[in-house]
Amino acid sequence: MIFLHLFLSFLQVGLFSIGGGYAAMPLIQNQVVDTCHWLTMGEFTDLITIAEMTPGPIAVNSATFVGIRIAGIPGAIIATFGCILPSCIIVSILAFIYYRYKEMSLLQSVLASLRPAVVALIAGAGLSILSMVLFGGDKINIESFDIIGCGLFLAAFVILRKFKWNPILVMVLCGAAGLCLNLLLGG
Amino acid sequence: MGFAPPPHNLLKKVDENFNVDLGRIESAKLITYFIGVNLVEKETKPQLNNEKKSKTLLKLFLSTLYISSFTFGGGFVIITFMKRKFVDELHWIDEQEMLDLTALAQSSPGAIAVNTAILVGWRVAGFAGMIVATIGTILPPMIILSVISFFYAAFASNKYVALVLKGMQAGVAAVIMDVVCSLGSKVIKERSFLHIAVMIAAFAATFFFEINVIYIILAAAAVGVINALIKLRKEKKK
Repeated sequence: MIFLHLFLSFLQVGLFSIGGGYAAMPLIQNQVVDTCHWLTMGEFTDLITIAEMTPGPIAVNSATFVGIRIAGIPGAIIATFGCILPSCIIVSILAFIYYRYKEMSLLQSVLASLRPAVVALIAGAGLSILSMVLFGGDKINIESFDIIGCGLFLAAFVILRKFKWNPILVMVLCGAAGLCLNLLLGG
Repeated sequence: MGFAPPPHNLLKKVDENFNVDLGRIESAKLITYFIGVNLVEKETKPQLNNEKKSKTLLKLFLSTLYISSFTFGGGFVIITFMKRKFVDELHWIDEQEMLDLTALAQSSPGAIAVNTAILVGWRVAGFAGMIVATIGTILPPMIILSVISFFYAAFASNKYVALVLKGMQAGVAAVIMDVVCSLGSKVIKERSFLHIAVMIAAFAATFFFEINVIYIILAAAAVGVINALIKLRKEKKK
């Protein structure tokens, strides 16, 4: 039952992605690439690229993208519903507790130790995307080392860290540079 | 609405005092509270002006739809736009409460934009508001991504598009690494031994041992709960 499978997968993404934004990324990779094999690592990397370039949360973008590819429009709706359902329920419960007691220190303290773990998980997902860029796959393979990808990555990283350019602009420039360099050098 | 606006900034309060009386967060009291709220709501709003309510809902829907369509760059950006719209422009929520809602949205699992929409919608127009605001927020990304997914297969097999995507992947890797560096240095600057240990352990678990990320998150949450309970006990002894 593909719809149920989609729903449950994205339910887990919605339930365990705490901290917003990139926190969903390792979970989506876990479900969509590693567990269910709905996307290859290359397609997943494209998906993250597309999600970065378009408005909306990564989780909703991914749910729509994967849902459509697996089971068309109904798949997209069910996957998206699965990923926002935990939010709806948990946010409502937290709001009730908060408005009643105006106290959330236990929760906040739990979140404080979750945050470092989430950073580590994002780093892990980021490194598998980086290895995708550098070696064209999940495994490190010196023969397929992509020197243009490596150069673009380093240039973009320095620009982002030192000069704080807009990430979308950096990505667009990388795309243009990637096209030109590959056509010029790759022949 | 059966709620009174909260008096303090949630985040500040949490740092200041840790002595939450755990006995207060009992399920029994919560249940009475839920019943209580329902009674109050039924008594105090017999018939909210229906026309006014549907106008509010429409405005809520259009606002979230608009904000969500034009906000690139994730949860924190969208919160700023929502604050500008709902606090400064429409005066539906006061600034302090918006801050508290934001803190709540960040503490819950799921996308921050969706969580904030749920809370704002709820605050403005109850359950209907929550549904309307959520749909308004997820509709634009759903439509845009649907269109892209239909063309993706054809696009990605095109030689030139593939080369552009490949370059952009390098950019995305850099964006993510930049975010990781910023977040990671924040954790290190806290100088909390526990947090740095959690970060290293979680990284080793995901990268070297390929342990399922859900287990890692549950383990980190367990560490947080134990740590919080130890702190509580210490506070009480004093």
